[in-house]
Amino acid sequence: MEHHNHDIVIVGGGAAGLRAAIAAVELQPKMDVAVVSKVYPMRSHTVSAEGGMAAVTREYDNFDSHAYDTIKGSDFLADQDSVEFFVKEAPRESYQLEHWGCPFSRDPDGRISSRAFGGMSVKRTLFATDKIGFHLLHTLFQTSLKYENIHRYDEWFVTSLLVDKDRVEGVTAIEMRTGELVTILGKAVIIATGGCGRIFQFTTNGWIKTGDGMALAYRAGVPLKDMEMVQYHPTLLPNTGILITEAARGEGGHLLNKDGERFLKRYVPGKMELGPRDILSRAEMSEINAGRGFDGPYGSYVNLDLTHLGEITIEDKLPFVKELAEKYLGIDPAHEPIPVRPGQHYMMGGVHTDMHGFTGMPGLYAAGEAACVTMNGANRLGSNSLTECLVFGAAAGRAAAQSAMKEISPSFGNPVQGEAMMEEKRIFDQLLKHEQGERISGIRTEMQNEMEKDVGIYRDENSLKEACRIVGALKTRLKNGIVEDKDHVYNTELVSALELDFMLDVAETIPYSAVLRHESRGAHFRTEYTKRDDAHFLKHSMAYKTAGPPRIDYSPVMITRWKPEERVY
Amino acid sequence: MSQEIATIRVTRYRPEKDSQPFFQEYKVPYRHDMVVLDALNYIKAELDGSLTYRWSCRMGVCGSCGANIDGEPKLTCASFLHEFKDRTITVEPMSHFPVIKDLVVDMEDFMEKLVKIKPWIIRKKDSLVEEGEYRQSSKELDRYQQFSSCINCMLCYAACPIYGLNEKFLGPAATALAYRYIEDSRDQGKDIRFPIVHEIEGVWECTLVGECSVVCPKGVDPMLAIQRTKILGATNAIKSILMPRGGR
Repeated sequence: MEHHNHDIVIVGGGAAGLRAAIAAVELQPKMDVAVVSKVYPMRSHTVSAEGGMAAVTREYDNFDSHAYDTIKGSDFLADQDSVEFFVKEAPRESYQLEHWGCPFSRDPDGRISSRAFGGMSVKRTLFATDKIGFHLLHTLFQTSLKYENIHRYDEWFVTSLLVDKDRVEGVTAIEMRTGELVTILGKAVIIATGGCGRIFQFTTNGWIKTGDGMALAYRAGVPLKDMEMVQYHPTLLPNTGILITEAARGEGGHLLNKDGERFLKRYVPGKMELGPRDILSRAEMSEINAGRGFDGPYGSYVNLDLTHLGEITIEDKLPFVKELAEKYLGIDPAHEPIPVRPGQHYMMGGVHTDMHGFTGMPGLYAAGEAACVTMNGANRLGSNSLTECLVFGAAAGRAAAQSAMKEISPSFGNPVQGEAMMEEKRIFDQLLKHEQGERISGIRTEMQNEMEKDVGIYRDENSLKEACRIVGALKTRLKNGIVEDKDHVYNTELVSALELDFMLDVAETIPYSAVLRHESRGAHFRTEYTKRDDAHFLKHSMAYKTAGPPRIDYSPVMITRWKPEERVY
Repeated sequence: MSQEIATIRVTRYRPEKDSQPFFQEYKVPYRHDMVVLDALNYIKAELDGSLTYRWSCRMGVCGSCGANIDGEPKLTCASFLHEFKDRTITVEPMSHFPVIKDLVVDMEDFMEKLVKIKPWIIRKKDSLVEEGEYRQSSKELDRYQQFSSCINCMLCYAACPIYGLNEKFLGPAATALAYRYIEDSRDQGKDIRFPIVHEIEGVWECTLVGECSVVCPKGVDPMLAIQRTKILGATNAIKSILMPRGGR
């Protein structure tokens, strides 16, 4: 079996992974870094982020305000030491990105423009029209090209972590182009694979968001933290799940029910359209359930009305919203409202790490949406996630580099070689050789529908137990799934089967964590426990992999300066 | 009402089996709001798991899903079935690229060209991040903004007749990106980048056919970038002729 050796192996080439790679080589120019990504890095899902990235850059703003907004937004489940670190690093990372060439929108004085965003008490969301994710990703990717010591493995799909005596020694990966399984060894591995939105039927997430890194860490013994905390974004296009950015509301857009009423006055009167996403998504569902939504071919919806903003604001500040509405709905948002409904967008939960991205397993780090630091707690504020990718991507890159400098290179011998050969057998001799069984696409659809139905915005004991049962049964069925494409070269169906296997492991942790949280907090809403319960649940859920269903444990929340209080907007 | 049907003819080529590409035809249930990508996804999920193509964001920004659709390079996620006559649509891999499998093409050539143009801010001296951002006016931003909107989807290379004849040609997207940095007020690398875009297979190869700008799904005008780079290059050349020479 072919093997490669580097100091650091980064899985994922989006914002967090690329930022980690650059941080590692800037700290130690001789550091040999591999970025292994199942897609060309500029295809990573960071590309779809639209609204902006939060950082304190103005005289009227301060770190405490950003920290408090984030913590309150999290419904007090965020670890406050991580949040304090985050807000202090955020401006530096934003300016660094600007120095690297990100085409930010500008104020008349030449400074980076900032806009209002949900749950943020002042304008602190820096933006590049409504395509910050795209520009951030391409800026990082193009900048990464100048470092000769960043080696890319584009379109290599990581299938497992190689672990020896509780220490991570590298990964196994399929080179898509040849279909060969290869080992890539490293003294440290950073997981930066993003979220797992494709577990759900209705999501803003791209096809590639299958929770690979979450599953890799989980299988290696690292807990997944706060997995019940799933963000539903309030404004998706009803048929496709395409995201209409929160910036549309930041720029003054209104949410209207079928009576033409700005219904948020009943739910978040102090913030209205700039309330946090969890509350807005539930408010839309309440309106729809009360019969005040519109009926459409893809379910009920409400309207996002931008018509009063005028053509110039829409052209200048929201050109992508205009493009998407025109292209996919045939609507000019300057003249007609955009139909929207809530859907899965982001995972607050993920691989447990400390604020340096360390997972607790020697050699293993994680950052970005794949990780749970935790700074988002039970609900993330819009525009914190891109900054999070930069701040904690950089932190993880530096920590991994410091650790790698102290370690000797792993050697390709036992037991790593043995593990890699088992992996080869699992994929090519077992999974690929099945001749009889069911299509994986059917199993995937059932998982997505089930998660949508029973692990959505409203949850209860019965729905969550049903989800636990069905996902468990789907895992058994996948063992008899077949891959029709038997070729080695660029076998996307084989990759899909492995992704589905990852997704089912990750999906299972969500209802198992959720069913035990007998309270409502942030995005997690239990119809039979509608209040937050700090006495019993001011703690993080930690899901551990076992031979059977996940085992759920808990860890304390770090409170520094902001005592939990009622969350009213 | 009976289910309406669309017919999708797709190029198949599996290097482990096929000596030549061939067309395979699939029948797909038709909806008015379906894009070509939806049809491909239906085929892969329900009819033939081996059909191979790239995609991810399905909202026209990741740049993965380019193909020749009825002969025109387009994003499959942004091409509606109802735009095509008779609901019969031919989907082929993008022209001018080596085919890896079915609709998946090899774009390593572009990846190498991208590095060549040094697509990063070059400064004689970096300012400290602690000092804040480099100031840039909206007018300065306007000079390069559209060229920074390239999603690297490769449609312009598929459309470019020059690239079709000479793959050494730097091509539309890479030139647009080089020009994006040349025009960025924060960049000081013009002298380094200029020789690259002006070398033998750089901008001078382009005969201004303009197909690149027609097919770009993001409104980037690579032909304009090429034209302006030519003009800048010409002025620079004249300047260097007029400049006094040191002793030889």
